[in-house]
Amino acid sequence: MSKKFNIDTVANAEATPGQALPWAELGLKQNEYDRVVEILGRRPTGAELAMYSVMWSEHCSYKSSKVHLRQFGDKVTDAMKEHLLVGIGENAGVVDIGDGWAVTFKVESHNHPSFVEPYQGAATGVGGIVRDIISMGARPVAVMDPLRFGAIDHPDTARLVHGIVAGIGGYGNSLGLPNIGGEVVFDSSYQGNPLVNALAVGVLRHEDIRLANASGVGNRVVLFGARTGGDGIGGASVLASESFDDAKPSKRPAVQVGDPFAEKVLIECCLELFKASVVEGIQDLGAAGISCATSELASNGDGGMHVELTKVLLRDPTLTPGEILMSESQERMMAVVTPANAAAFEAIMDKWNVEYSWLGEVTDTGRLIIEWDGETIVDVDPRTVAHDGPVYERPYHRPVWLDGVQADSFKGSSTDLRAAVLDLMSSPNMCSKDWVTNQFDRYVQGNTALAMPDDAGVIRVDEETGLGVALSTDANGRYSYLNPYEGARLALAEAYRNVATSGAKPLAVTDCLNFGSPEDPEVMWQFAETVRGLADACQELGVPVTGGNVSLYNQTGGVAIHPTPVVGVLGVFDDVARRTPSGWREDGQAIYLLGTTRNELDGSEWANLRGHLGGTPPVVDLAAEKTLAAVLVNSSRDGMIDAAHDLSEGGLAAALSEAALRFGVGARIGIDELCERDGIDAFTALFSESQGRAIVSVPRSEEVRFNDMCTARNYPTLRIGVVDTENSALDVQGHFTLPLAELKEAHEGTLPKHFA
Amino acid sequence: MSVETPLISDFQPFPSASTEGSLAGVRVGVVTFPGTLDDRDAMRAVRLAGGTAISLWHGDHDLRGVDAVIIPGGFSYGDYLRAGAISRFAPLMEQITAAATGGPGALPVLGICNGFQVLTEAHLLPGSMIKNNSLHFLCRDQRLRVENADTLWTSDYAAGEEIVVPLKNQDGQFVADEHTLDELEGEGRVVFRYVGENPNGSRRDIAGISNAAGNVVGLMPHPEHAVEPGFGPDSSARGEVDLRGGTDGLGIFTSVLKKLVG
Repeated sequence: MSKKFNIDTVANAEATPGQALPWAELGLKQNEYDRVVEILGRRPTGAELAMYSVMWSEHCSYKSSKVHLRQFGDKVTDAMKEHLLVGIGENAGVVDIGDGWAVTFKVESHNHPSFVEPYQGAATGVGGIVRDIISMGARPVAVMDPLRFGAIDHPDTARLVHGIVAGIGGYGNSLGLPNIGGEVVFDSSYQGNPLVNALAVGVLRHEDIRLANASGVGNRVVLFGARTGGDGIGGASVLASESFDDAKPSKRPAVQVGDPFAEKVLIECCLELFKASVVEGIQDLGAAGISCATSELASNGDGGMHVELTKVLLRDPTLTPGEILMSESQERMMAVVTPANAAAFEAIMDKWNVEYSWLGEVTDTGRLIIEWDGETIVDVDPRTVAHDGPVYERPYHRPVWLDGVQADSFKGSSTDLRAAVLDLMSSPNMCSKDWVTNQFDRYVQGNTALAMPDDAGVIRVDEETGLGVALSTDANGRYSYLNPYEGARLALAEAYRNVATSGAKPLAVTDCLNFGSPEDPEVMWQFAETVRGLADACQELGVPVTGGNVSLYNQTGGVAIHPTPVVGVLGVFDDVARRTPSGWREDGQAIYLLGTTRNELDGSEWANLRGHLGGTPPVVDLAAEKTLAAVLVNSSRDGMIDAAHDLSEGGLAAALSEAALRFGVGARIGIDELCERDGIDAFTALFSESQGRAIVSVPRSEEVRFNDMCTARNYPTLRIGVVDTENSALDVQGHFTLPLAELKEAHEGTLPKHFA
Repeated sequence: MSVETPLISDFQPFPSASTEGSLAGVRVGVVTFPGTLDDRDAMRAVRLAGGTAISLWHGDHDLRGVDAVIIPGGFSYGDYLRAGAISRFAPLMEQITAAATGGPGALPVLGICNGFQVLTEAHLLPGSMIKNNSLHFLCRDQRLRVENADTLWTSDYAAGEEIVVPLKNQDGQFVADEHTLDELEGEGRVVFRYVGENPNGSRRDIAGISNAAGNVVGLMPHPEHAVEPGFGPDSSARGEVDLRGGTDGLGIFTSVLKKLVG
């Protein structure tokens, strides 16, 4: 077939100004299309329209969120930048962890594709975030997956759970990346819009950092990896940047299809390219495919690029230029290579059997010129595509319903505490997630020091010194629904606490902000409040946001998901041998509760179990969180504690149960003194979700030192029990005794019952 | 042209745990195919056992003078056709097959997980692996019994000894016809058996087998992930609970090193 089928060239566009173009179908609004015409001084060609439509989509341009996201930069102090090597704006942030080592990490969403096509959507979510990590010059070393599904017993949930879990495993396991944590939450608010977020972390030496820019006039531009196909066309625009609506046709063709083997080879091939220093700049192809890679590389470098699009290797020869530019086929990378390095580049491609094609070269013309068989089909200033998209100050206002919701505090209680604990621990959100996590490889690479179900995933970076990192992701959509400002701060507080609980010093933050439609002023208010809360909290805790992602339009019809800011915190260990697991092991060790317990059951898992969502979320005290983190990190480093588990969803009841089940070791617990000290009843003591709390197990020989440290830091502590290896039970004295076998059966039976 | 250490180019070597004797003089090759994942882990295990790990590239025609070969786990060529079905045609597999079937003193070969699958595809071992009966990828700490402690790869264990090592695979269900299974049992070629609940439907709970000469062993679970305190399973077969402290897999690697020194 001729390459010259119906090509809409720039000359043709100039000659036919009146020709109608399908800009609305491609997701552009009238004002946005008018702006494109104004920039170009003529109507766009079909290929140009394709590029602007995907690059100006909400997903790629952040046009609704940009004005708010600036706070993450504005509220960063110099002290917070101390460990930051690369900040927001690149493919992923890079953090200095010492000894010349750096870590890059980021969390992203792949929500919409995963609802349409669960397996491929989730799989390519892993693939995309891993390529972001590679393109910074790092070796990926672990992944995590925060997941949110609709009600566990809804007929559509099993389809999504099976597909999404298998997709994450199918892709991540084949890449040889340990999956070290994440979340699994069920809530009917996510029924028509599951959240599939994916986090990846990579390690590199400081000198190996690579940035995405095309510099050096005359340098050559090469596309390598998988061939370009017809999958994922419009993934960023018509799929990711619109709400679901039954009336519209299926968006399945907009979902990408993954090939993990190709990505594994691509990882090794890229690392060899970096080691040989044969690439000047590199960019992965994700959302908006070649449109994004060419326009971003060009505008971040010397400002111009000349590309011959017929050189792109295709899976399907019938693809049009516009489709080629919009395709989101996976496992592709674009690099800038000096002519002198071209032969060395080709040798590495040949060794790994990776296909490549030289597309063009870097220029200083300030124009991105794309030709099709010698005829110009794109002639644009790349900045107008990549950076000068529309920016909206969307109207927002506090929802009128919120006062009523906040006034509706939870009143329930229970006198049968034993049954209540079993109910809680077998509930969809608190039950064991083994059925999910056992489908992921947590061992590969041999550096996993902690993984699920511990509080954070821990990975060794340096085999000689034990230097390593801890990662945790957290969010609570119910808290954010009740108060989005506080909800964001609570999410950060929990992730920060989890990392400290494992013994690591928290250093940096990534976030994935999942919300409904920004065109709904109430949703937009939730978003604005969330960003404000998160930016404030980052400043108070002294940890900067290094990158992340915004996912809007998470709604089907008029119903939005709960605002769900997933926050990932990265911490560092001098030696991962000092990490603290979430469960106790040694008989006779004292169990201490750190922090104060208030009557805070609004938005709690217990209230959720009773079908209640109202009131105000727990109070956040970030100064207290900082002190608690210091206590936990110091205790771990100095060998004062053998186990630590944070208190969050499910409160003390959940923490005690999980700590006992971790190694199958029981404990005798007394809560009467706690009730008296904090002025609460036994039910509140067990189920309240007050923040700033953790339980630890302390060897007898360390008790004095531990107490002295807590006293010196003025942090409330209370000895609430003792580890008991003889009696395989959680014995809350004066209230109930739960044999661990019974607790374990309740805890582990829920997911298999629904999905096995 | 031989290519140096393809997958571990940025890997920092560290001193081996044991420098005594001449174990360090034993060279154990670890093969990397496109899509191999546990090659660095197998090399680490060899070093922790005291030996010298040598990286071998699938496309080479040279075994680089190694004394033994490990074909590690992963998804070579994506396992899109049948696990191991393409890898077995690699140039290096010709060398391995020839050296492993050379009669007395034949090359010791261990296939772990995908490596086991490659060995069955190469007909160095009988039977085949199909998808787990659960139809899911399964990762868990697995108890095994060493049924035959006389192979080159198991001599550091006692016959009947139990060990705990991680299991992680999608296509781990060992199948063979009844005649072959009877033959394997009769000749003592069932080397490892699953203890407790069968994780994947493998016939007769078989987790690992050997060839008739005993120099080629295939094993589905991953002993190389139970060799270093702090990064292994939470438990060992002795019933101790320790935070990722299980090192029951180390014996596989010390077995072959000691045999080769001896």
